Amino acid sequence: MSIKAENNYYLPAGLPMPVSESDGLSEPFWSGLKMERLRVQHCSHCQTWQFGPEWLCHHCHRFDPEWEEIEPKGTIYSWERVWHPSHDALKSHGPYIAVLVELPHAGNVRVVGNLLGDPMQEVIIGADVVGIFEHHLDAESPYTLLQWQYKAD
Amino acid sequence: MKSNTLRGQVAVAGIGESNYYRHGQSPDSEFKLALQAILAACDDAGIQPAQIDGFASFSDDRNDASRLAAALGIRQLRSATMQWGGGGGGCCAAVANGAAAIHAGMAECVVVFRSLAQGQFGRFGRTTGINTISGEKAYLMPYGVLAPPQRFAMRVRRFMHEHGVRQEAMRAIAMASYHHAQANPRAVMHGKPLDEERYDHSRWVVEPFHLYDCCMENDGAAAIILVSQERARDFKNKPVYVLGAAAGSGFRAGADPHNSPHYASANFGTLAPNLFRMAGIQPQDVGVVQSYENFTGGVLMTLVEHGLVDAQDINQFFTLDNLIAPSGKLPLNTSGGNLAECYVHGMELVIEAVRQVRGTSTSQAEKSDIALVAGGPMVTPASNLLLGSESVL
Repeated sequence: MSIKAENNYYLPAGLPMPVSESDGLSEPFWSGLKMERLRVQHCSHCQTWQFGPEWLCHHCHRFDPEWEEIEPKGTIYSWERVWHPSHDALKSHGPYIAVLVELPHAGNVRVVGNLLGDPMQEVIIGADVVGIFEHHLDAESPYTLLQWQYKAD
Repeated sequence: MKSNTLRGQVAVAGIGESNYYRHGQSPDSEFKLALQAILAACDDAGIQPAQIDGFASFSDDRNDASRLAAALGIRQLRSATMQWGGGGGGCCAAVANGAAAIHAGMAECVVVFRSLAQGQFGRFGRTTGINTISGEKAYLMPYGVLAPPQRFAMRVRRFMHEHGVRQEAMRAIAMASYHHAQANPRAVMHGKPLDEERYDHSRWVVEPFHLYDCCMENDGAAAIILVSQERARDFKNKPVYVLGAAAGSGFRAGADPHNSPHYASANFGTLAPNLFRMAGIQPQDVGVVQSYENFTGGVLMTLVEHGLVDAQDINQFFTLDNLIAPSGKLPLNTSGGNLAECYVHGMELVIEAVRQVRGTSTSQAEKSDIALVAGGPMVTPASNLLLGSESVL
């Protein structure tokens, strides 16, 4: 699933735009999201999962651990409801929810995103969520975010 | 005999601070504030600034040691150390690094300082003006996880979830700081008391942090002067000895974004045993605690990880009565700290620990021969420090 319509973003435009580092370390992650693929590192030598990315596997020290596509699903590990606008782009926006999502099928690595829906909804640690790709095609440097919503029963 | 310990080897001879201001209110530049704090510490010790031969700081302090040495007319600069990491994670490590330089014979008189003029250089709580972002922040900022409150709230929420912590525990920490600030004329929040109702009705910055759970941002500088134990009795004030110090973090604490295996943690799990081992004391020997409050929730974690409170007892233990001097079970942040005295990245907490051991705090604890300082919670590297009087050695 994805959000494609312009201006249908969870947060207003104007927040910092993600780009890969100059050394390209996270390029497979960000280019993957654009293709609606969630990729994290999975060392083919020792099977260790790793995120954020690094140039070597922290377990067996093999360089350039492989990127593996995984299903964008997980469980809410923690959350926060943000009220104070720390950025001008958020000034008249109101509260929003950020969640930390654990990915049990990928060694319990975690990713941060927003929980789509009512910003005042109850957030339940341990609840199942599914990923939604939010494409920012109109950005100066187009990118895609991975957002989350409660899994339908 | 070779001794691999700082215990009793180095003493704090002097303490000093600039005036403390709300952010943007200092009439003086950050560098001038640093000089004011250093000269105040020299005056407190009764030493000539020219005797300084080392500087130690942290958090990428902008006030370069060589410029300070030149400005102060120091004859010989022998040690200049900077602890890696941001925020208050290095406030104790900077003391340890300065003490280690002295103990190793690489310097004789080291100033440990931090100067921070947020009016001059901008605040941590504002993130406007960034166009693109890469690395760790790229996984956070586009989702509105921008400034420190948002970067730490999920850790605290997870900690609350794991241990059934109620909001009132964090409220007690904020109220203790404000309570102590009312006795401290240096404190920015002196004359501005906080009660339960005011806390409860204050705005959310980010749940679970009310406004009063978050540190201030200020203009101010603080400094201490370290000398070897051989010289400790040569100065005006009662010497305060370094009993122990530790710095760092545990396994993959720095795995970003938010991938530290021990996530709901202040990162003192590996440090606290090292600290108490070096000091040769037990947690129950600590009389008074200065625990860095970037956010109140980090203080909960810090005290648990130092063995001062059992995680299961948090809701019962964290009450205002238990946390205030003189006779609470564990007087906490007795100057007002980052919440209510001045946000100098924890150097003000180190100074307050010295005052407690001297017996000169504006909120003196009954039991104050051993004072704990913990810097950083939830950042890496974190650091901690035990100070004590001569009677403890």
